[in-house]
Amino acid sequence: MKVLRPTAAAFLVAVFIVLLFAGILAPAPYAKQFRESPNALPSRIHLLGTDELGRDLFSRLLYGSRVSLLLAPAASLLATLIAALVGGIAGYVGGGLERIALASMDLSMSMPWLFLLLTVRAVLPLNLAPVASLLITFALLGFFGWAAAARVICAGARSLRNSDFVLQAKACGCSSLRILLRQVLPNLGPVLYAQFLISIPVFILTEANLGILGLGVSEPLPSWGGLLRGLENWGIVQANPGRLAPLLLLFVVVSCFQLVVPQEDIPS
Amino acid sequence: MRGYRLASLAAVVLLIALPAKPQSGGELRFVLRSEPKTFDPILVDDEASETIRYLTGGVLIRVNRKTQALEPELAESWKVSEGGKKIKFRIREGLSFSDGTPFGAEDVAFTMQKLMDPDLHSPTGDSFRSSQGPVRATASSVRDVTVEFPAPVAGVERLFDQVAIVSAHSPKKDSAVLGPFAVAEYKPGSYILLKRNPNYWKKDVQGRKLPYLDSIRLDIQQNRDLELLRFKRGEIQLINNLDAAYFESLAKAAPAAVHDIGPSLDSEQIWFNQVPTAPIPDYKKKWFRSTAFRTAISEAINRDDLCRVVFSGHARPAVGPVSPANLFWFNKSLEPHPHDSQSALRRLQQEQFRLDGQVLKDADGHPVEFSVVTNAGNKYREQMVTMIQQDLEQIGIKLNIVTLDFPSLIERVSRTFDYELCLLGLINVDLDPNAQMSVWLSSSSNHQWNPEQKSPATWWEAEIDGLMHAQASTNDQNQRKRYFDQVQKIVWDQQPFIYLVNKNALAAISPALANTAPVVLRPQTFWNVETLYLSNPRPGAGQ
Repeated sequence: MKVLRPTAAAFLVAVFIVLLFAGILAPAPYAKQFRESPNALPSRIHLLGTDELGRDLFSRLLYGSRVSLLLAPAASLLATLIAALVGGIAGYVGGGLERIALASMDLSMSMPWLFLLLTVRAVLPLNLAPVASLLITFALLGFFGWAAAARVICAGARSLRNSDFVLQAKACGCSSLRILLRQVLPNLGPVLYAQFLISIPVFILTEANLGILGLGVSEPLPSWGGLLRGLENWGIVQANPGRLAPLLLLFVVVSCFQLVVPQEDIPS
Repeated sequence: MRGYRLASLAAVVLLIALPAKPQSGGELRFVLRSEPKTFDPILVDDEASETIRYLTGGVLIRVNRKTQALEPELAESWKVSEGGKKIKFRIREGLSFSDGTPFGAEDVAFTMQKLMDPDLHSPTGDSFRSSQGPVRATASSVRDVTVEFPAPVAGVERLFDQVAIVSAHSPKKDSAVLGPFAVAEYKPGSYILLKRNPNYWKKDVQGRKLPYLDSIRLDIQQNRDLELLRFKRGEIQLINNLDAAYFESLAKAAPAAVHDIGPSLDSEQIWFNQVPTAPIPDYKKKWFRSTAFRTAISEAINRDDLCRVVFSGHARPAVGPVSPANLFWFNKSLEPHPHDSQSALRRLQQEQFRLDGQVLKDADGHPVEFSVVTNAGNKYREQMVTMIQQDLEQIGIKLNIVTLDFPSLIERVSRTFDYELCLLGLINVDLDPNAQMSVWLSSSSNHQWNPEQKSPATWWEAEIDGLMHAQASTNDQNQRKRYFDQVQKIVWDQQPFIYLVNKNALAAISPALANTAPVVLRPQTFWNVETLYLSNPRPGAGQ
């Protein structure tokens, strides 16, 4: 485990660096259709082959990974911030406010968010650029994905509410806001960090699910969800195992995210 | 000795060349992709129920799926009179239902009464409703029956292909049938077993009773991957309506089993929103109402590439509302609009559009950008719009792709009209243009680009209205054809629908099943079910 964690972190950093330079590394524009060679096998020109429309799979993997891997942490950050705000205050204040907050978290977690996402997607303006629709999709994921993290943070804040140092701060006449910001939040740091990391693969997989339903990122922009749809036809995958690259990368990246989270911070 | 050898060889060659004698017995198996909603032939409204009706129902007249001509079945002859207001049938004698109840003219009259019963809301009955007023069916003798309509029904005899006769007197009601098979067992969600109708009237040329098969087992199976797997294992012997990807996959494993039958009746098309009250900017409405703009878009689309790349070559560039597969009604003088980006640009420039760098702008300087909606999850449509996106980019048009779940799409297209361009397909099951009446009449709710018009918005829509009414009011098939050819020409010129492709009809048939002759009309592979037989008629013997 001691070796695995830094290895996983190093791999993630390496992946992020590669993705930042996707524009330089990609051998072809991700949307360019080489119509004379659809479903081409890996070659020197197309390292992973081409998709059904003749688009270079390696380029699409680079750009698609960038989309998924840069926006999933952003969505996770948004969700963690909302969770910290709601869970932290509810746990620290306690009483009726905590009960209301917990009830709203339960309600939020029991909602069929996938259908809500579909509905929101359906009412969006039609002439949105693919990038805008992508940002909205991930923002929605962030707004809808805070409840589970908020529960954990609420429990953490509750345990800190009656701790000695908080009682001492209160006795010294510190305001509630000061205690929350200076005493409680810093002590919740590891939990927030763990929640942030845990949420990233969840959002990656949610986008992938939406992509499989055809409701994720708009064409021609690639994402892991869209790339995973290429696995629907097993015959094509058998002919070109390069089609499995997005699945493999998704598996490795999600595993790495799990490995870099300190085990003691993962809620049981 | 040498002569003897040659004679033996000749005998062997002759034996191989002679058609094999059909073998009776065995069970044919294939898959229904949904649960049938009903076994009552009068109420059929879904594909699974239609399959059961085709296999079990006896009809007066049958459309030969291969020649597309009408052939007598239970009716020995028929005569249409009064311009399509009356049809008189002379039915065959000595026939009986599967339970032994004799068949007569009274059964036909009873079926028609049931079909037109307003309380039953029969979808099949709807096609006979030409105008207000009752439909009367009178049995004048045991073998003669006359059906009278309040107004002429164009191509009325063809509609009887869908009317499975039910018994007026049988205690078994709907389960007494006149078709080659009868429902013997039904396990909801699992399978339907059809057994040979012992009283089926047809015989082969050697006088043997048909059908050759003992039974048909229809497994209810929605998953197409499993259907393909089961076919490969030999557990089922037929697959209808294969899609191009599955066809290609199967072609590698079993090339002798797959059949590309040619263009089907189904089409894929796009259309611009021309609804005057649609919540889209006025300048875009002006583009969409321009014939030159629509024609330029049509010219910019590379249909050959759509067929080759998206459908792996198993599609043809579409011409118009009628596929070349519709042998009689297709207007043979029309050709698909050729792909020509330069011609598209010239046409747009004549309409005061201009290229500003890589961006096409209209006369008022608006960049030409619009969105296309299609249903999410349909891989082929998503690929088509992605290719169209690149084609339009060549002439400076930015196309935004929006995939929506189907209910949201229908809401936008038919209620709120909040869309700009839509790509959907049309599944045609009827050859007669009357079936498309609701699409072409400007007052209809299915007139997709601008539905429910109080009066036709354009001269050409008024002309189409007139021609559709004219073809429906005569029973002279050649005259009807002339009218409908004009409709196709107007649609070709005006492009309210920009037709993209006609998908090919693709099917898989086990080599163990003999006498097959797949056709483009539904049911593609088993339209001649009574003469199909298994070369190794053991139950479950597939390949």
